[in-house]
Amino acid sequence: MQPDSVDVAVIGAGPAGLAAAATAAELGLSVALLDEQAHPGGQIFRDVTRAGVDRLQLLGDDYAAGRALVERFTQSTARYVGSASVWNISPDRMVHYSKDGRSQSMAAGQVILCTGAMERPFPIPGWTLPGVMTAGAAQILLKSAGVVPSQPVVLAGCGPLLYLLAWQYLRAGVQIGAIVDTTQRGDHLQALRRLKGALAGWRDVRKGLSLIRSIRVAGVPFYRAATDLAVEGGSRATALRFRIGATSHRVQADLVLLHQGVVPNIQITASLRAKHRWDDPQLCWVPHADAWGRLELDGFLIAGDGRGIAGAAAASLQGQIAGLTAAHDAGHLSEPERDRRAKPLRSALRRHLHIRPFLHTLYRPKIQHRVPADDVIVCRCEEVCAGELRRLVALGCTGPNQTKAFSRCGMGPCQGRLCSLTVTELIAHERGVSPAEVGHYRVRPPIKPITLEELAAL
Amino acid sequence: MPTEPLFRSIPGATDAFIDVEFDGHPLAVLGQRSVAAALLAAGVSRLRSTPVSGAPRAPYCMMGVCFECLLEIDGVANAQACLVPVRPGMKIRSQEGARHAA
Repeated sequence: MQPDSVDVAVIGAGPAGLAAAATAAELGLSVALLDEQAHPGGQIFRDVTRAGVDRLQLLGDDYAAGRALVERFTQSTARYVGSASVWNISPDRMVHYSKDGRSQSMAAGQVILCTGAMERPFPIPGWTLPGVMTAGAAQILLKSAGVVPSQPVVLAGCGPLLYLLAWQYLRAGVQIGAIVDTTQRGDHLQALRRLKGALAGWRDVRKGLSLIRSIRVAGVPFYRAATDLAVEGGSRATALRFRIGATSHRVQADLVLLHQGVVPNIQITASLRAKHRWDDPQLCWVPHADAWGRLELDGFLIAGDGRGIAGAAAASLQGQIAGLTAAHDAGHLSEPERDRRAKPLRSALRRHLHIRPFLHTLYRPKIQHRVPADDVIVCRCEEVCAGELRRLVALGCTGPNQTKAFSRCGMGPCQGRLCSLTVTELIAHERGVSPAEVGHYRVRPPIKPITLEELAAL
Repeated sequence: MPTEPLFRSIPGATDAFIDVEFDGHPLAVLGQRSVAAALLAAGVSRLRSTPVSGAPRAPYCMMGVCFECLLEIDGVANAQACLVPVRPGMKIRSQEGARHAA
């Protein structure tokens, strides 16, 4: 079959992808935007064009703002390829994707990767039980389907999303059994030092504080400085256990929502063998890219949370910059014109990035919730526990690809997405070296499941 | 099987109920959403058991990365239920343990 051909393929229709696609299309390039969802918006603006007035009001202004972004994209000549799972991108920029049970190919002059973030793994006892989900998952249910917990729900961990979801739940009339916050008292002082000179960040801090205040005013039990989180239950979650100082606590809950920040989803950049570095403030892998978003692979750019967590507003600015870069690199925009247009975007981006060191410090997840005890499952797919990995490190395994070969850890259907960071940090911890020295999984296509029938029909 | 539901739909949702089949039994679910979201709202809170130990599992991420919501949908095994829109008449089966060759 003759493959489709475009100047630019953008992967991921969140704020970065929408902005990149619109910008490149407005400058005369033929653009296709591919996403797994039927409708554009990504996770942060999930189904924003389909949400009614009630749901928009409930979710707040920051969500509703996504409509303008989708509108700009819709009005451009860029084409939306929805319900498309990209399962391989070759170094010569052939994009293979599965849609409606059929695999198709698209040859792209340039590829802009906007695959965003995913929840950081939260490996604690009981985290695989039915009734335990990520806060992000629960928010997706709210945004995409108007589905909310029917009984008192417990939210546990740390980070802005946890408080935002609680605030949205209160507006939706959902009962919150408790918020169990793992932020420690000392974290606030540490974080405030990171805010010096970043006046622009105060607006975001104030917004966050007012969210937390409204949750407290609503009378939600708020446990601070919690440690040693564990979900209880046999065939489903029944309670969350934790400690505060020397005191043990237990709150009953059939539904526990966990969150300790988000991390870049590096599945595509890793499958392309792009260079990544370990970012210690964010405790995750970040692909190497220049100030324009260019990877060290010919014709590949990256924008948004996939190149380091910076939030939706920063992502759309990075997307626009990547769109300008693609247009320039394709000969559609002179260098001075590219620079002129990028200048205001860059200064706005700097303002948005001011707050990040503060947030990374304040909501740095605790080591005990990143590198768990021996009996805790690390790899959810193959059910490999931390103790088995420690045993393999003691036997001489130095990295995740070795522990994978010996234990199947990371070899299941999720292809290591949900255990990669845990395994790297665990091995680093055991060996007493940095995560950078340990490295990450080799990721091989297909990065999404496809049937042999589809493959054969190509 | 549906138990005490963990989730509900907020009032005012205009989506209509549609009929699907879950593990051989008829089930009315709200349309215009993913199979995983539809089942959760209909009170199905356990979707499968693992191939390794047979432990029960349910959707965890709802965005296509965790692969915990794998179901057999219209005869296709290992479908990510959080990514597939629910449609009337769908035959949905939970996946118990390991897959077997037909």
